[in-house]
Amino acid sequence: MSAAARMRTWSASPRFTSLVTVVLLLVMLGAGGLAYPGFLSEQVLFNLLIDNAFLLVLAIGMGFVILSGGIDLSVGAVLALSTMLCAWLLQVAHWPAPWVVALVLLLGAAFGAAMGALIHYFRLQAFIVTLAGMFLARGLCYLISVESITIDNPLFVSMSRTQLPLPGGFISPGALVALAVLVAAILVARYSAFGRAVYAIGGNEQSALMMGLPVGRTRVGVYALSGFCAALGGVLFAFYMLSGYGLHGQGAELDAIAAVVIGGTLLAGGVGYIAGALSGVLVLGAIQTLIAFDGTLSSWWTKIVIGALLFVFCVVQRLLGASKK
Amino acid sequence: MSGAKVTAALATAAPTPTRIALALGRLRHPLARPLLALALLLLLDFFLVPGFFHLAVKDGHLYGSLVDIANRAAPLMLAAIGMTLVIATRGIDISVGAVVALSGTVAAVLVGGTMVIQNGVPSYVSRIPMGWALAAALGAAVLCGAWNGLLVAGLKLQPIVATLILMVGGRGLAQLLTDGQIVTVYYQPFFFLGSGYLFGLPCALFIVAIVFAATALLLHKTALGMFIQAVGLNPVAARLAGVRTAALTFFVYVFCSACAGVAGLMICSNIKSADANNAGLLLELDAILAVTLGGTLLAGGSFSLAGSVVGALIIQTLTYTIYAMGVAPEVNMVVKAVVVFLVCMSQSAQFRRLFMRGRAA
Repeated sequence: MSAAARMRTWSASPRFTSLVTVVLLLVMLGAGGLAYPGFLSEQVLFNLLIDNAFLLVLAIGMGFVILSGGIDLSVGAVLALSTMLCAWLLQVAHWPAPWVVALVLLLGAAFGAAMGALIHYFRLQAFIVTLAGMFLARGLCYLISVESITIDNPLFVSMSRTQLPLPGGFISPGALVALAVLVAAILVARYSAFGRAVYAIGGNEQSALMMGLPVGRTRVGVYALSGFCAALGGVLFAFYMLSGYGLHGQGAELDAIAAVVIGGTLLAGGVGYIAGALSGVLVLGAIQTLIAFDGTLSSWWTKIVIGALLFVFCVVQRLLGASKK
Repeated sequence: MSGAKVTAALATAAPTPTRIALALGRLRHPLARPLLALALLLLLDFFLVPGFFHLAVKDGHLYGSLVDIANRAAPLMLAAIGMTLVIATRGIDISVGAVVALSGTVAAVLVGGTMVIQNGVPSYVSRIPMGWALAAALGAAVLCGAWNGLLVAGLKLQPIVATLILMVGGRGLAQLLTDGQIVTVYYQPFFFLGSGYLFGLPCALFIVAIVFAATALLLHKTALGMFIQAVGLNPVAARLAGVRTAALTFFVYVFCSACAGVAGLMICSNIKSADANNAGLLLELDAILAVTLGGTLLAGGSFSLAGSVVGALIIQTLTYTIYAMGVAPEVNMVVKAVVVFLVCMSQSAQFRRLFMRGRAA
């Protein structure tokens, strides 16, 4: 194989787009370090993780859904519902915190599984079912309370205040949980039968069915996983904000989708890495940090830059996909 | 009864259409189900809201709940008309809300307007002539549509991803134009679009009627409607049959954004200001919902423009009913979710089969 041909095969592999994101992230951090003194301190990098821990967990769930060829628009709303449930169960019903967390995670998974079952068994479009799920979850938030509920449960407060020391700074327990979920998710995607089935369904559902893979069970499982991740994201968000509110996490589903796409996962399904969720989320976080450090740029530049990045990544994926054929 | 006997019974029953079968046949008409749903909602309002159907003429304007519902549904009806064509080609446009915000913002920034008192007579002055401002706003919307169309038809991106880019970025651009502020308009003639009256009826309704009539004529009196349907049913077959698929797809996205642009002008004119952050928020989802309620399948193919308009009216009536019942407006979302689930289920062949099997047993 000639060097040029090898180069072409290599650049068409999913590794390439994922690597582009990592390079982009490093360039952004480097540029930030050159432009603003103090940008490249360890704590700024740790803060990227602390502030975006919930988004990372959402993006991991979304990564599985997108790998299986679907989409889940309900994650932002499920996150809000989870914060609301946490706050209500703790503050009004006075449940013990561990029970609250367990119940919320279970409900999130059940919510996702129900949507997955509708999508699979009634052949409904994932887009419209999860859209309805989004309306439902947001509406349920307001059924619990229209106002924001502040959480003063000792466990939640300590989770919010604890700073785990690291060389050069500290990290929050929430960020640690998110990283643990990431490691577990990478292992599941890579080494479990479930993970392989997800890739197979995303690649070609018909072939997956003919290979005898449990398509239905996997699809329901994928949405259950996404619901679980959304609920966990909600719990982490509740740790972070110490409140439950129906307006929490508005547009978080779009951020999660953007992170997955920027992380190099093909939206058509079947191609990509769960680890891409981390680089995607960090890129989004780095944009916000850069804008915050600059001080003269306004918050809407975040939206414009994310839109532009999405465009670039979609086009690059498209062109790479086309050149492969 | 076994399956074979049922088919035999059906076969013997088929040649003699009963009255029930005729009624069922009429229910098959694509508009029947959405209209029935709307009628049921209105009936509910008749019992819940005293004087719901009361119409009165005050100052030469027609007032009443029905007029109010139709007037408030106007932007949604426009967005739904545009969305219908996109969905008919198997696409989806989730940037509608952002386009609404962008077109409203462009219009508000360009019109601006101040009240000048000359010789004791107040007169209103716009920054640039209003016609140009409206044209610029619509131009911006068309550009957005062209961008979406290029990505979908030219680069062959998935419609949901292609329009996601503008959905995220568009609102940012609108905020950039207004510097994140809410721009208030002080120019009297501009308000006519969203809150004026023509012949005793809201001006907005005339705009919707014109857009609807023009679209319907274009689709049904030329081959355009058939081509769009062909692309939705089978894009490859349509292309092989000589339909210019790419050009057609490009056109429907431009059309959808143009409709959203008009809706944006209407909203901006109605609230007399442009709020880049919140104008048209989630309008794309309501528009998709209206199209689905109207009987157009999300899988593309056959579509019903009138159905989408009825769908938009259903959504607005539902909102009105919930307000009238004194339930917190936020609960609206739960009701909407349930309605979407029910509509999706009724469209699902698998669900219908399950239901039929249950009834036969």
